[in-house]
Amino acid sequence: MALNRKIAFIDLTTETISLEPIPMEWRRKFVGGRGLDAYLLYTNTPGGCDPLGPDNVIVISAGLLGGTLASSASRTHIAAKSPLTNLFGSASMGGFFAPEMRWAGIDHFVIRGKASRPVYIFAHDGEIEIKEADHIWGTGVYNAQAIICKELGDEETQSLCIGPAGENLVRYASVITGRKDAGARTGMGAVLGSKNLKAVACRGTMEIEIYKPEEALEYNKQAIDQVISSKASQSMQRWGTNFMFGITNTTGLVRTRNFQYNQLPKSEDLEAENLEQYSIGMDACFGCQVHCRHRYLIKDGEYAGTYAVGPDYTSQGAFGAEVGCRSMNTVLVGNYLVNDYGIDTLETGSMIAWAMELYEKGIITDKETHGLKLEWGSDTAVTEMIKQIAFRKGLGDTLAEGPLRAARRLGPESMKYLVQVKGMSNLNTDERAAPALALSVAVSSRGSDHLRGIPAIDLYNLPMDVLDRIYRHPGGYDGPLANSFSEYEGKPRMVMWQELCYMAVESLGVCKYHTVFLSPNHPAFTEFSRLIELNTGLEFSEMDLWDCANRSYTIERLFNLREGMTRADDWLSDRYFDEPTQLGLPGVRGKRIDRQKFNGMLDEYYRLHEWDEAGIPTPQLLKKLDISDLWPSRQI
Amino acid sequence: MGKKIMIVDPEKCTGCRNCELVCSVKHNGVSNPSVARIHVVKWDNPSMYIPMRCQHCEDAPCMAVCPKEAIYRNEELGSVSINHDLCIGCKMCVSACPFGAMGWNPKRGRIFKCDLCHGEPQCVRFCDTKAVDYVESSKVDSDRMREAAVNYAELTRRYVR
Repeated sequence: MALNRKIAFIDLTTETISLEPIPMEWRRKFVGGRGLDAYLLYTNTPGGCDPLGPDNVIVISAGLLGGTLASSASRTHIAAKSPLTNLFGSASMGGFFAPEMRWAGIDHFVIRGKASRPVYIFAHDGEIEIKEADHIWGTGVYNAQAIICKELGDEETQSLCIGPAGENLVRYASVITGRKDAGARTGMGAVLGSKNLKAVACRGTMEIEIYKPEEALEYNKQAIDQVISSKASQSMQRWGTNFMFGITNTTGLVRTRNFQYNQLPKSEDLEAENLEQYSIGMDACFGCQVHCRHRYLIKDGEYAGTYAVGPDYTSQGAFGAEVGCRSMNTVLVGNYLVNDYGIDTLETGSMIAWAMELYEKGIITDKETHGLKLEWGSDTAVTEMIKQIAFRKGLGDTLAEGPLRAARRLGPESMKYLVQVKGMSNLNTDERAAPALALSVAVSSRGSDHLRGIPAIDLYNLPMDVLDRIYRHPGGYDGPLANSFSEYEGKPRMVMWQELCYMAVESLGVCKYHTVFLSPNHPAFTEFSRLIELNTGLEFSEMDLWDCANRSYTIERLFNLREGMTRADDWLSDRYFDEPTQLGLPGVRGKRIDRQKFNGMLDEYYRLHEWDEAGIPTPQLLKKLDISDLWPSRQI
Repeated sequence: MGKKIMIVDPEKCTGCRNCELVCSVKHNGVSNPSVARIHVVKWDNPSMYIPMRCQHCEDAPCMAVCPKEAIYRNEELGSVSINHDLCIGCKMCVSACPFGAMGWNPKRGRIFKCDLCHGEPQCVRFCDTKAVDYVESSKVDSDRMREAAVNYAELTRRYVR
């Protein structure tokens, strides 16, 4: 059954492996996936450990519903202490790895130590082996996966690999499975690299028993129909996540030329419709009917004819608007390169954009760039910098260190132009006109990021009764809500609700596009509860799930506090407060975040989470969630 | 109106493998593609996804090779079906099938193959792009013909006039 999967504890130093069952108490408290990962990471790492040292632990998981009938139960989550932020590291990826992991009998890997030479882990039908990887070390992720499939003699093998960037300890290196499914944020690839771990491969034929198969099939159909009947899904089915670019860029919500503008004019070539000429078909993760990305062939230049998958919305920003490039071909090349090298597309684009602004301002010169003209809109500069970062050559060696460490090398003046939170760069969105979105970025438990708690539907100006239906349940909330995205009041609840919704969906191993993210009509706690019951037989009420999500999100918070994070880290770069937006529609033009009001939002956000003014969970909350033992000094 | 047949359009397949999942749940109550009666064969570069399953051949090798006449044609559906009461589990059909569509389930000690879900194939029901479809045989030709004619008309407009 779905509940008999194991946790594989692997020590790469001693090459010891043990398989342990998952206690029912953990299921009840943490569900699975990211939720249980938070607990496993917190309890298996010593506070203050070196993120690139043997004491750091990598946790890889499939969710509770991975591989079952849950619309798109495809997500793999990876967690470790982040070498980029020194805080909670966490990334989620789609593809086919998670279901294969479960068919191989495993729900979580907990990997510690350091191998004496390059290795990869292979799990198959309840057995785990550590295999040599000398011959794969140095290859890109596409080749690495192909070699692993070939030598194991099974094309169905799914693996999760690092590329050269992970091996070179680029602090925002990703892990990749398939052609584009990337666990990219917070540098998880560098942690694998530091352990000489090139890949984790899975192949399985062990069945996952479905509790009520007939009903689960029918309910799954209903959930799928609910998801694909929304406009957001239908747009993604045709154009991928890229459909958003036309909307956000026209409105003025796209970070451009690092952070100088909020819109890239004359960007027709970057529009989603233009992808059709490169596309040879759509591509989906396991079980998903949204199929949000293209399979494409690059048309022009050095990589003409190369096959890749994507690009997602974030790559359009990273190698388009942020760096001032107006070429879809460049976006496609950039997307291909970052995935094959195994680096985070968002962080890479943001670091290049920052370097370009420094070059423009004369803070770095041809001396630092070794003659490379880091000019806005230079397609060759972008692809060259991607390579330099992945291989730590020239200026790339500095940029590979991530925003704060790089700024320390390049001098205090460079710090002024950084757009980061907790040491991680923002993605390609500009939230100056939308305080709720800005708050979600500032408080995210993994550093600046949109996928932690973004209330994206805040931009839709929805009727109040829709907001009431979503944000007042479960748990009850009778405070304010507001449907204008310019407001500050009523937004902290929306951010907190989204944080817990995303935590729940990632504990189940289901994709965010199948919950309230881009559409208000997608499944949420009510549907999750039913999906769990029909697939596994476990009964979780909506409120139970809410509490579990709250518990796990609180543990992520405790992890960060243990590593020394303070309230000051839940804050945005000064540019958000000091530089008004210059472009876009009237509702977003001339906007900046108000410091005082933002501080008020932060107070309210803490209050809703039952954290004190310093952002520390109250003893009452820890007691209520039954995790007081994780924070002994706060026990009542 | 002819009988319905199963058809595949690789151009529409997104490779999600939902067909494998729902097939294995429908027939076995479990998620496990290794006992699914449909499988998406994938090539990564250049990419190609092809859902493969029983073709319900007119001159079926599995039927021909069966020593016990346990494989027969279901006249109502036009499908190639198994009579498990007659089957002795010799697996000759598994060897004979040119499409690899006859499977062996070691746990149940049984052969298995697509049974068209008794006329309502779940793989088709769950495939939103209809890369696998179950349609009137007369309509297959006319649909494809119409698609081809649209392309032809487009080219004619563009280049001939």
